[in-house]
Amino acid sequence: MGNKVKLLAVASIGGHWIQLLRIINPNNAEVSVTYLSTHPKCEGMVEGQKFYTISDFSRWNFYKLIPAFFRALKIIQKERPNIVISTGAAPGLVVLLAAKFLGKKTIWVDSIANVQHLSLSGNIASKFVNQTFTQWESLKTAKILYAGNVLEQ
Amino acid sequence: MIFVTIGTQISFDRFIEAIDEVATLIDEPIIAQVFKGSYQTKNVKTVDFLNPDEFNKLMEEARLIVGHAGMGTILSALKYEKPIIIFPRMASLGEHRNDHQMVTAMRMNELGYVHVAYDRKQLKALILNKDLQPLKKLNSNPSNNMIDFIINSVIKR
Repeated sequence: MGNKVKLLAVASIGGHWIQLLRIINPNNAEVSVTYLSTHPKCEGMVEGQKFYTISDFSRWNFYKLIPAFFRALKIIQKERPNIVISTGAAPGLVVLLAAKFLGKKTIWVDSIANVQHLSLSGNIASKFVNQTFTQWESLKTAKILYAGNVLEQ
Repeated sequence: MIFVTIGTQISFDRFIEAIDEVATLIDEPIIAQVFKGSYQTKNVKTVDFLNPDEFNKLMEEARLIVGHAGMGTILSALKYEKPIIIFPRMASLGEHRNDHQMVTAMRMNELGYVHVAYDRKQLKALILNKDLQPLKKLNSNPSNNMIDFIINSVIKR
């Protein structure tokens, strides 16, 4: 085994964030993690670990994605992760875009709430990220992989 | 104490109104986390935004969780091993962009993790059932398998 893999783990406050924390095991000796979320209070759930915030937005106030994109570029340049991973929602998508732009490996894990088809953000992500995951085996395809889900994890 | 939560994105008056009505039939205190609704509760104490620490504290203290079918709500209740009743939002009533909460509710119920109420009557009956137990538990020892598989899909170690 070589050096630790540096991960930047990104999610909006709420269900996306809770899913992200279940996927990332903080006791994994081979991974070092920096977290990024949309609310400063999320830091309390990852105490003692590196944490950044980015402003929240949705399809209703999409203009905010421009400053968020530039902030994401800055954070990625500073932290130099090997991989950027997001469970959503729209802000995660923008961070993955910034990561792609900087030549980082990118991963989208679609929310377990999407039982019948990938989310809109997941569909967009799947067009440019290195790997997209679904949390439902029934949605697995040649391109969209399944690695388990946050319930059984 | 019963902790009621609707998440932090959109109001859910139909649900909060139903909770307010059931509250007159029970003695147990109810705390409801609401968001930008227009309905004013008469019998239930409400709070607006809760930061994650406050949210988790209420989850821990509650006997029963009643919420919308958001995965944050469901996963938190399961983490604290509380019985949870979910009441899915319906897109046709303008409660969400689409009906994914209905599908989530059905699937999570099939898998044995949650109690589901699809209407007011079912909600009332479930809340009045004093012996509602937690259902299936989350795996409490997360392994590295999922994250290792995910990382290995893009990087060779």
